[in-house]
Amino acid sequence: MRIDKDLVAASATPLVLGILAEGESYGYAILEQVNALSRGRMQWTDGMLYPLLHRLERQGHVTSTWRTADSGRRRKHYLITDSGRAALAERRAQWAVVAEALDQVWRDATTPPIVTKGWA
Amino acid sequence: MDAETQLQTNIEQWRGYVQRHRAISVADVDEMEDHLREQVSSLQDAGLSADEAFLVAVKRMGSLDALSREFAIEHSERLWKQLVLLPAESDETGRQSNRELVVVLSLAIGAALSLKAGFAWLRGSAVGVNAALLVLPFLAAYFAWKRQVTAKVAATLIVPFVLVALVLNLFPFEPDGATEVIAAIHAPIALWFVIGLAYVGGDWRSDRRRMDFIRFTGEWFVYLTLLALGGGVLIGLTVGAFGTLDLNIEPFIEDWVLPFGVAGAVIVAAWLVEAKQNVVENIAPVLTRVFTPLTILMLLALLAAFATTPSVIDVDRTLLIQMDLILVLVLGLLLYSISARDPLAPPGFFDRVQLVLVLSALAVDVVMLTAMLTRIAEFGWSPNKIVALGLNVVLLVNLVWSVRLGIGFLRGRQGFAELERWQTRYLPVYGIWAAAVVIAVPPAFDFV
Repeated sequence: MRIDKDLVAASATPLVLGILAEGESYGYAILEQVNALSRGRMQWTDGMLYPLLHRLERQGHVTSTWRTADSGRRRKHYLITDSGRAALAERRAQWAVVAEALDQVWRDATTPPIVTKGWA
Repeated sequence: MDAETQLQTNIEQWRGYVQRHRAISVADVDEMEDHLREQVSSLQDAGLSADEAFLVAVKRMGSLDALSREFAIEHSERLWKQLVLLPAESDETGRQSNRELVVVLSLAIGAALSLKAGFAWLRGSAVGVNAALLVLPFLAAYFAWKRQVTAKVAATLIVPFVLVALVLNLFPFEPDGATEVIAAIHAPIALWFVIGLAYVGGDWRSDRRRMDFIRFTGEWFVYLTLLALGGGVLIGLTVGAFGTLDLNIEPFIEDWVLPFGVAGAVIVAAWLVEAKQNVVENIAPVLTRVFTPLTILMLLALLAAFATTPSVIDVDRTLLIQMDLILVLVLGLLLYSISARDPLAPPGFFDRVQLVLVLSALAVDVVMLTAMLTRIAEFGWSPNKIVALGLNVVLLVNLVWSVRLGIGFLRGRQGFAELERWQTRYLPVYGIWAAAVVIAVPPAFDFV
């Protein structure tokens, strides 16, 4: 299933912040986790993660440090800040409202087709 | 092993392609290369060959153009010129830049003729008062053309020029009065913010665009200085050479070359900033690093001089005005270095130096404020004093908050973006202050 681009974009920030809330991480690992969480159904354009991370850094939601990976390559690690946690809580509240509203819509919307089928 | 070498070459090539996108810095490429390599090795583990793995990994990374656009939006400071210059390399661009050259030259000549006409027709102090009005509309027109502003923005651009022209020429200023000089000094400052509106193409609410305008102002000033230096040397040599032939060309230079040179330089400098930023881009951080410590020394020396002056009331009035100019310079330097800094870089030595600069400016400002208030208490109000006092308060508010944010940044309590945002948000205050001075101070003091 392909998930709509706008939906991916809208959920990207809370997902990344949520993953970072679990602990420090870096780009590739974050994407791996998104893959695992969505069981591979949410495909991001990998590169787009980086401008997003940089935006979060500029907004002060995350901080970054360069570390050396086991492979010997330099790797940029991201760590969530207090302001990032606050932003995550805020997003979470927003998504809860959206999810609740959608949930009701699904419940109301799924009934009519079944009824029509029964009559046909 | 051969496949492995091929993979390395492929990755090197990919790096080269990415780096050609100027919005993506070397550190970003490092970061993405690490990602690419992880992805490739994980795909190889899943059974793909090196070639296949590389192709899939690159594909997943996304289109470089789209990626570069995202980076450009996020890091506009890296390529503020590309955003305005449109990077596409085609015939269309060539024609576009030719057309631009024609527009720039016509506007430069227009500005020069307008200044020359002003010299010819205006009498007495009216020339000095109107000089900015004669030149700056052409600069605004250039940006209005360049940014293809909407009719609404264009109208918003014209109104302030008309207003300032009316105020400067219809106010019944006393000859040689202080208020006329004050209005003449503040009018160009207020108009510069109108240029700013044209520069940002009407998008004045955007912090990013405001920062671009600060950058533009700094670079424009650098270019103008360079042009003035070159022009000065050239004029000096020409006058000298003609002098040896017993020909006096100074009147010609004064009547024609100077007005054309000055007005033309204002427009051409703006065009140079737009078109040739790469050259100066490397100078901006250097200039700020050289002049920030020097300015600190100057401010400290001034403070010491203040301390040895027996009484602050005796401080000369002209010195106070001079000091205001120095503080404006410090603020300009601060804005310029903020605009040249990579906002993501962690606090470093230079940020401390900059904080020292702001602190010493603050100290000077407080001393000045005391001196001024004492003078006012002693001798009463005058137009000069109220303007100097107002400017001081405007600067004081900015400096105090800058110190607060600067300390917060150095302690890691907040990002550099806060400091940037404070400066960009504060920017209109200067324009409003200058406009208020032009409009309100002369009537308040009966145009004396």
